[in-house]
Amino acid sequence: MKGRASNPLVVNGALIGLALVALFPLFWMISVSLMQPGEAADVPPPLLPSDPTFENYLRLFGQTGMGRYFLNSLVLAVSATALSLFFNVTAGYAFAKLRFKGRDTIFRLLLAALVIPAQVAMIPLFLMLKEMGLINTYLGVLVPTMANVFGIFLVRQYALSVPTEMLEAARLDGAGEIRIFASIVLPALRPIIVTLGIFAFLASWNDFLWPLIVLIDDDMYTLPVAIAALSREHVQDAELMMAGAVVTVLPVLFLFLGLQRFYLRGLLLGSVKG
Amino acid sequence: MTAVALDSIRKSFGQTEILKGLDLEVRPGEFMVFVGPSGCGKSTLLRVIAGLEEADEGVVRIGGERVNDTAPAKRGVAMVFQSYALYPHMSVFENMAFGLKLSGRSKAETRQAVEAAAEALGVSHLLERKPRELSGGERQRVAIGRAIVREPKVFLFDEPLSNLDAALRVRMRYEFARLHERLKTTMIYVTHDQVEAMTLADRIVVLNAGRIEQVGDPMTLYHHPANLFVAGFIGSPSMNLLPGVLEAADADGARVRLETGETVRAAVDASAAAPGAAVTLGIRPEHARIGEGENRITARARFAELLGGTTVSYWEREGAEASFTLQAPGLHEPAPGEPAELGFQARDCHLFDARGAAFMRKG
Repeated sequence: MKGRASNPLVVNGALIGLALVALFPLFWMISVSLMQPGEAADVPPPLLPSDPTFENYLRLFGQTGMGRYFLNSLVLAVSATALSLFFNVTAGYAFAKLRFKGRDTIFRLLLAALVIPAQVAMIPLFLMLKEMGLINTYLGVLVPTMANVFGIFLVRQYALSVPTEMLEAARLDGAGEIRIFASIVLPALRPIIVTLGIFAFLASWNDFLWPLIVLIDDDMYTLPVAIAALSREHVQDAELMMAGAVVTVLPVLFLFLGLQRFYLRGLLLGSVKG
Repeated sequence: MTAVALDSIRKSFGQTEILKGLDLEVRPGEFMVFVGPSGCGKSTLLRVIAGLEEADEGVVRIGGERVNDTAPAKRGVAMVFQSYALYPHMSVFENMAFGLKLSGRSKAETRQAVEAAAEALGVSHLLERKPRELSGGERQRVAIGRAIVREPKVFLFDEPLSNLDAALRVRMRYEFARLHERLKTTMIYVTHDQVEAMTLADRIVVLNAGRIEQVGDPMTLYHHPANLFVAGFIGSPSMNLLPGVLEAADADGARVRLETGETVRAAVDASAAAPGAAVTLGIRPEHARIGEGENRITARARFAELLGGTTVSYWEREGAEASFTLQAPGLHEPAPGEPAELGFQARDCHLFDARGAAFMRKG
């Protein structure tokens, strides 16, 4: 009994310790972004800014055009999320609940495609998009994110738990397939839609490699690409870099925290719902 | 004029033939029950009528019209599912109103219809609740309500009581009977529970392995089962089936020598069969008594189930594999191993030929 009583303290203590270790870089990123130019290079490095300032943020948005990059990232991430949800949810539902010839064969083929690493597909994809004239366009960034096997798989597995009788009841009530999808299926899939939406948004927001390959003009850059370019120009300016990092990380952090309740529910329900 | 007519319905899933050419007519206002063991095709047949499955062959008519190519919603049927199939994100009101809304009824009409159905089913106070806030019985009522508001020509019920506990099932059974009495609409009800079938049905369809074994009112099925399958399926506990050989058949009845050596008389016309033919004698547990009756067999008690009002006892006979079941009123607990003479009357006997078809009973 004594051993069991002390367990929560040890476990919670260890978790708090690990959380602090994980959060420290985030904390220091914010702290440095508020420091005076060159302050972070002092030895030993200061933990907190001696004279906090928003100067780095003003420079970031004023001189480096970060506002434009932020907007680019936001528009692309929102579009990628919307497109990916549209295609993945409709396809996942169709694979789970609609009867059509070759359904299982096509699904198995899709699953087999999961083993191909994204990097392997990049060069053929680049050449395809080049032929289509989509290089250096936003559409070129979006096309590969529109549907992905993992998303379809995730939705399909969740949609399998939607009772078929419920869909049949709607059919008997006179609802067409689109009505059934919109009025009955989408509300039932809400947790997995939120989960998938967060995945899609994060993937697009944080994506560095593909936008780097596809986008050529500076003013079309997304935040990760722009910050990488910025770091080459301002390699000594750690405070400005950290302000850029804060602008990149914080929105998705808040998005994740805000939707965490649905997100976790989605992951759990997908695994335990019978 | 028939409410529902099925003509040579066939249906396969892959290589498995589920319905093997079924013909059936359901009369207007009739409460028809499809009964049979799991996998016999009764639910598939109901789904073919509803339009949720397409028949591979044959014609489905509802109200005299061929509906093979008609969408489920346009067939004039409403269905209540085993799992209730309520829409979980909608309130009870929205669940019941969904079909009416889609059919373009006005808001006022919809509200009036939903409220009337809710009132009749005693769920008026639940209209604003979500299905997850309801008990099993309440959900079942809402599912019935959703069917009622559509004013269908035919109600289809697919094992609607299977998910309820025993007490609630008895109450809901009564409510189904009352509902039919009040609405007088044609109802087709699928169940594997023969008590539900016997208590609710005007006529019962007994299905087995994709074929109709017999159609008839409950008492016809009980007293005059057409074959061994129906004899064994209808009635609880099941009819005792004793293999034997026909010794003689005349105008008064048949004489059968059982595999255990006893000779018994059965009041059936077995003149179509030749002496020496293999037959099966059937006797219901409630028609056998200890030490009474013109036919006697010897047996030893194995165990008894005391049900309060009646006792069901199981007996073994030397030379026979199957045990003999006896149901008698009152409490009577024979000691295990106790020998006894079990008796039954010739008029209570059923007799089946080697292919399982019943000989005509006398009287």
